[in-house]
Amino acid sequence: MKARVTVTLKSGVLDPQGKAIEGGLAALGFAGVDSVRQGKVFDVELATANADTAKAELAEMCEKLLANTVIENYAIEIL
Amino acid sequence: MPMKSAVITFPGSNRERDMMYALELTSGIAPVSVWHADTTLPDVDLVVLPGGFSYGDYLRSGAIAARAPIMDAVRDFAEKGRLVLGVCNGFQMLTETGLLPGALMRNAGLTFVCREVMLETASTANRFTDGMARGAVWRCPVAHHDGNYFADTDTIQALEDEDRVAFRYARGTNPNGSINDIAGITNKRGNVLGMMPHPENLVDPLQGGIDGRAFFESALGTVAA
Repeated sequence: MKARVTVTLKSGVLDPQGKAIEGGLAALGFAGVDSVRQGKVFDVELATANADTAKAELAEMCEKLLANTVIENYAIEIL
Repeated sequence: MPMKSAVITFPGSNRERDMMYALELTSGIAPVSVWHADTTLPDVDLVVLPGGFSYGDYLRSGAIAARAPIMDAVRDFAEKGRLVLGVCNGFQMLTETGLLPGALMRNAGLTFVCREVMLETASTANRFTDGMARGAVWRCPVAHHDGNYFADTDTIQALEDEDRVAFRYARGTNPNGSINDIAGITNKRGNVLGMMPHPENLVDPLQGGIDGRAFFESALGTVAA
């Protein structure tokens, strides 16, 4: 089973990299970009065929390693 | 009695020798070198997580090292009330393990900073800086890309109220945008300290000064009473 985990910074956490990308887009002439927040994507292949099991395993992976829940949120998507 | 210490080396550590040099210089006792894949610690008083780029800073700085085999022993060691010091990448590992609150984010200026800052000893209410002069300002090198200390408002308030900010960047020298100019913090019990600056790189005149010695003398209990 294939899954995608998206890790993003929590709102309220400053994102200097996102700000720099925002500035870069403005410099390229993209008008109307209100804000950019950057994050990470993990594509994970799991042995299980059960979506609930996969979601539970991925949530544990996020809590233990993939995300730093002090500053980051995660979202799990079964593909 | 001077303390016995151990320094843990991870793949990608690069300040472990500097740290061992500073510890031996101060205590007169050669520290024990421990490998990250070990699962037990020697009988010492202080364990140091040194600076560097463990595991290439993959995922997040200190994130993989925080899950290394030796870290369960480090957690037990801290729970027993013995001293754990993390410098730079070691500080990042301590926040990743949860032994210290908060996180070290990308520097506000986005660039790697390698320079000298002025550091204020902001608290002496812990087992590391209790022999230092509170409010003293001293030179200390920094070298990091992710030193921007962040924690939620409640955590910052608790750190301030409980006098757990051991070091602050002084005189407008904050190199990374950290909240409240925080350069180093301790846990509640005062036996775990994480700091971004490198006092081990200013202990010998050959390094350009000896400002860092006072920290090691205090932490190792070799300070003249």
